Amino acid sequence: MAQETIIEFRDVSKVYHMGDSIIRAADHVNFTVKKGEFVAIVGQSGSGKSTCMNIIGCLDVPSEGEYLLQGKNVGEMDRDELAEIRNEMLGFIFQQYNLLPKLNLLENVEVPLMYAGVPKEERRERAAAALEKVGLGNKMKHLPTQLSGGQQQRVSIARALAGSPSVILADEPTGALDSRTGREVLRMLQQVHREGNTVVLITHDNGIAATAQRVIRLDDGHIVYDGPVTDPNAFVQPKIYTEEVAQ
Amino acid sequence: MTFSECFGMAWKNIMSSKMRSLLTMLGIIIGVTAVIVIMGMGNGMENYMRESFQELGTNNMTVTLIGRGNSYTQMSYEELQEIVEENPDDFDLISPTVTMTGTVKIGSETMDATSVTGVGEDYFEIKSLHIAQGRGIQYVDELKRTYVCVIGSYLNNTMFNGNGIGETLKIDGREFTVVGVLEEKADSEEGGSDDVIYVPYSTASRLSFTGMMSTYILTIVSEDRASESKTVMENALYNYYKDDDSYMVSATAEALETMTSMLNVVITVLAVIAGISLVVGGIGIMNIMLVSVTERTREIGIRKALGSKEKYILMQFVTESALTSALGGIIGILLGYLLSAAVTEAITQLMEADITVSPDLGSVLLAFSISAGIGVFFGYMPAKKAAQMNPIDALRYD
Repeated sequence: MAQETIIEFRDVSKVYHMGDSIIRAADHVNFTVKKGEFVAIVGQSGSGKSTCMNIIGCLDVPSEGEYLLQGKNVGEMDRDELAEIRNEMLGFIFQQYNLLPKLNLLENVEVPLMYAGVPKEERRERAAAALEKVGLGNKMKHLPTQLSGGQQQRVSIARALAGSPSVILADEPTGALDSRTGREVLRMLQQVHREGNTVVLITHDNGIAATAQRVIRLDDGHIVYDGPVTDPNAFVQPKIYTEEVAQ
Repeated sequence: MTFSECFGMAWKNIMSSKMRSLLTMLGIIIGVTAVIVIMGMGNGMENYMRESFQELGTNNMTVTLIGRGNSYTQMSYEELQEIVEENPDDFDLISPTVTMTGTVKIGSETMDATSVTGVGEDYFEIKSLHIAQGRGIQYVDELKRTYVCVIGSYLNNTMFNGNGIGETLKIDGREFTVVGVLEEKADSEEGGSDDVIYVPYSTASRLSFTGMMSTYILTIVSEDRASESKTVMENALYNYYKDDDSYMVSATAEALETMTSMLNVVITVLAVIAGISLVVGGIGIMNIMLVSVTERTREIGIRKALGSKEKYILMQFVTESALTSALGGIIGILLGYLLSAAVTEAITQLMEADITVSPDLGSVLLAFSISAGIGVFFGYMPAKKAAQMNPIDALRYD
């Protein structure tokens, strides 16, 4: 299968300076994601998964190494070019939904299309179609605050899909939801994946990661596992900080 | 993102918190209102002054000869007339004016308030006085020093029942025949500009025992050249007297000009002081925009994550600030017009003076563009702050 490579991390490192100390949030990370994959990036807090998600999402650039998104080197881009890439190639789904509270659902879904310069009529149609798809076609004029958490997350899925991006990037999409609505959202993500989209799911929860096809496990800025979700090693905790806890 | 989308977003945001927007605009509203009312008052006062001067005759010039010390040399009427004839571009008509202080008696009644003036034949034309009945003072009257007079409409109406021509009155015991009646000029009140008697200047100067005339009234050809004409006269007088304390020249138009420019200075100073509140209002807008940027950090983060370039965020906040300020400007203009009307009404009621407070279009446009400009200027810094936010930090902000 000669599938197109969408995401390619080449020796990516991210270094933060906190006062005198240097923190390596990502340390020579290498992986690729091909078109149509459903990948979960799993790790505890501080494992570097947020750093990786920021880099994948073009919200941040690597300190060292190269990140290629559909063959384009993101590290060399300025802030406006990054904004353009985010707009064209990425669809974000956040833990806190991050809908704009003063805009109705339709207008919320239209936002990325507006920044892409899609004309008003077409924008309206595409946003409406995306909302229909997540089952909220009858609530287009509602404000986000009039919706339940699960519904709001569906709006943000619609918003992510509306721009037909190359990658759907979901950051703890069920983190603020109860388990039942969480499962609904995950089923919807699987549906999105079945329709041919590339989905990257970032989570600390193994149970949620299990909905993906492939797992990349991070710990302390390194990849400790990269393989199919069916492998028994996928969910083995590599390190337990017993000594530190004991102190 | 087009400008109209940007404008729509700004409008929506302003309207979603009306009270706050209104309070933000307040400084601008007050500033613009004050500027407009002050400018309107300036216009009103200038018009009022111009009208008052027009009654006096804006093309008039007065020459007063004082003479030089003890040597009693005085320029004669003929010599002044020569100056007038030599400068046809500057001067047109000239008439001596001799103020008399004698008592006026009509029949058995003494007129205390009536003013008596000796004048030349051109005086009525110079002062734009129109003869309603009979004739004016003529050259032959001056030459022969006849005892004739022209009376104002007040005297004609109240003392002669409208038929004054041919009747007589007494000035200092001398009997004068009424040969002309003037048209009503003001409101025919006692002591007003219709309670007057004009006699030939030569007769008047003989009666007042001075034998010398010292005050003349002239018309200048062009009001725009008032200062130049005044200088021409002053130079001619200086050549005669060699002393600039010996005469006084004043032109109505020049006096009006001087007063107008003084008034303009006062109005400009007041408008600038009022304009300071525009700056204060602008700072208020900047303050609220800074608060708003902080409050909307998360929104900025979301917009950036969804692909907004920095210039769009900048545009959004600058537009919002400019629109807030411009709306304040529009409200201020409306209030300014309302207040102008109210002030006009109040002046009419209280002072019986006809001062119409009328803001001109120029100052309205100026006030509006300044308020919009202030919005852009004071909105830029907060907007820049918003535009440069790091999206990761902004998204994490609570």
